[in-house]
Amino acid sequence: MLAFLAAAVWGAAASPSEAFALFASLRFKKPRFRSSEPIMLSTDSLQAIDRAIAKYPPDRRESAVMAALAIAQHERGHLTNEVMDFVAGYIGMPPIAVYEVATFYTMYDLAPVGKYKVCICTNLPCALRGANEAADALKAKLRIDWNETTADGRFTLKEGECFGACGEAPVMIVNNQDMVGFMSDDRLDAFVANPDRFLSEQK
Amino acid sequence: MKTARAPFPPDAYGPDAVIMRGVTGDNWRLADYEARGGYAVLKKLIADHATPDTVIAELKKSALRGRGGAGFPTGLKWSFMPRQFPGAKYMVCNSDEGEPGTFKDRDILRYNPHALIEGMIIGGFATGSTAGYNYIHGEIWREYERFEEALAEAYAAGYLGRNILGSEFSFDLYGHHGFGAYICGEETALLESLEGKKGQPRFKPPVPAAYGLYGKPTTINNTETYAAVPFILAMGGDAYLALGKPNNGGTKLFSVSGDVERPGNFEVKLGTPFAQLLEMAGGMRKGRKLKACIPGGSSMPVLPADVMMATDMDYDSIAKAGSMLGSGAVIIMDDTRCMVRCLERLSYFYYEESCGQCTPCREGTGWLYRMVNRIEHGKGRPEDLDRLLSVSDNIAGRTICALGDAAALPVKSFIQHFRSEFEYHIEHKRCLVGGHVAGGAVVPTDKVAA
Repeated sequence: MLAFLAAAVWGAAASPSEAFALFASLRFKKPRFRSSEPIMLSTDSLQAIDRAIAKYPPDRRESAVMAALAIAQHERGHLTNEVMDFVAGYIGMPPIAVYEVATFYTMYDLAPVGKYKVCICTNLPCALRGANEAADALKAKLRIDWNETTADGRFTLKEGECFGACGEAPVMIVNNQDMVGFMSDDRLDAFVANPDRFLSEQK
Repeated sequence: MKTARAPFPPDAYGPDAVIMRGVTGDNWRLADYEARGGYAVLKKLIADHATPDTVIAELKKSALRGRGGAGFPTGLKWSFMPRQFPGAKYMVCNSDEGEPGTFKDRDILRYNPHALIEGMIIGGFATGSTAGYNYIHGEIWREYERFEEALAEAYAAGYLGRNILGSEFSFDLYGHHGFGAYICGEETALLESLEGKKGQPRFKPPVPAAYGLYGKPTTINNTETYAAVPFILAMGGDAYLALGKPNNGGTKLFSVSGDVERPGNFEVKLGTPFAQLLEMAGGMRKGRKLKACIPGGSSMPVLPADVMMATDMDYDSIAKAGSMLGSGAVIIMDDTRCMVRCLERLSYFYYEESCGQCTPCREGTGWLYRMVNRIEHGKGRPEDLDRLLSVSDNIAGRTICALGDAAALPVKSFIQHFRSEFEYHIEHKRCLVGGHVAGGAVVPTDKVAA
């Protein structure tokens, strides 16, 4: 089937390079989904992706791939291959190029995380101001270690590298968007007791 | 204090602040910035039909040097942009602030975003650029949102877009949110990332001014560098230079972190004595003694207390003392800190963040980390110190970008200045400073491929 298609494309093309371009367009512009149900993102998410695409020149849509993946992850919780394939098709780039981006940047989650993904920086400036003690306290409160999720699926704990907020150490980021600092034991307790209320009070 | 929640006093960044003068945390909007004199420089440039050359000449006089780490003269960098090049040219801002110890650009983005926006518009004017992108650190989403809000204000006021303030000059500016990669603070990795790829640095040459974003001429500067530009043009290059020292013009934001009473950002004149900066940060925590200081972000060599106390905070003085001013991140360590453990945490960082493109860095950073890790954990071997230095020498200068050097410099300087602590660890299988010091960096063992 593929060979037949390749031969047909070759025949229709005027030159080898044109044949390659045609073949590539057939291959990539209509991504084949691995799941039986095609993935679709919400209208809000698609509009947000469109706004990101509009920031770049019309022939540079792939510049929006980081934003598109972040938006998709925000809606879906984490990035499955199907979601990444959808993003590839929507932007018009090879799925492998999307996987490369998703696996390179550390804030993309390729596996499920808890309702609250908590990332604590333990780099040197934060460590000098009690980041490890805060991390240990949170581990004890939640009874999990790094890269684990609580049994009720509420909290996932990750170790982070410099957030650029060393003056507010100990610092943590919740669900990639809410950064909170000065995480003393009292504040950790307040966060664990009611994360939504704690985070809204910080704004 | 000012790192806590706004509002804070208008002199919170220090009495000599220029960029952050009058900033109280809650006065970041367009009207506030205009009330502080903002956008007056842009209006004057347009009204006077100023030429790009006059802007660049003023910057050269000011001796403004890049505030992101390399300290390259900004006026000179802008003059590299080809004038006659047809089509798109770009101004890019590096707000991917992830150098451990650095947290100044975040304050500019959240408390004074219009200074950055005006600086980038003037940059676009001076280099004939058509558009700009501000690449913002992935971890600071709220600051990205604020920057976008400030952009909308600037567009609505006619400072951005087509025919700015009725002139022939058009310039568009966009925010780009990163998603967690230290390497994207390297300018060519940042460009790759902007193009929607993995952030792996490019070979130089060609430099970005010749082949940058999408292959077009591009100028990349740090957030603080751009934010200084309107103030320099307002007071004149000579006046700005006079604030600092020859070849080290103006003021600089220093992020003071670690064992001090009041960590925070302080904008001081270049050439200010280190002791004075330390005093602004409230002095040493709990009255302890200064042991060591990394004066320019974790990638720069560490200096012992006596050298540091005799040094002024400017590019040339710190270079003379044996380190670099870098991004202006001053990491303070007191006499309870184990230097082996501090280095172990830094070495882990470079191992974690190496992009994997160049073999010396990809393999070398892991090798360095595993050796420092085993010394810290009482499994060091007598030959390890020489091997650490030899591996460092074989990484530095043999990679596409400076991350290799950034991993090697801390190792070499920690051993150079605190060799006896490392030797004690190896010989006695324990710490000279007193066991595993509370607050020392701990690296989770599950991440170690020892």
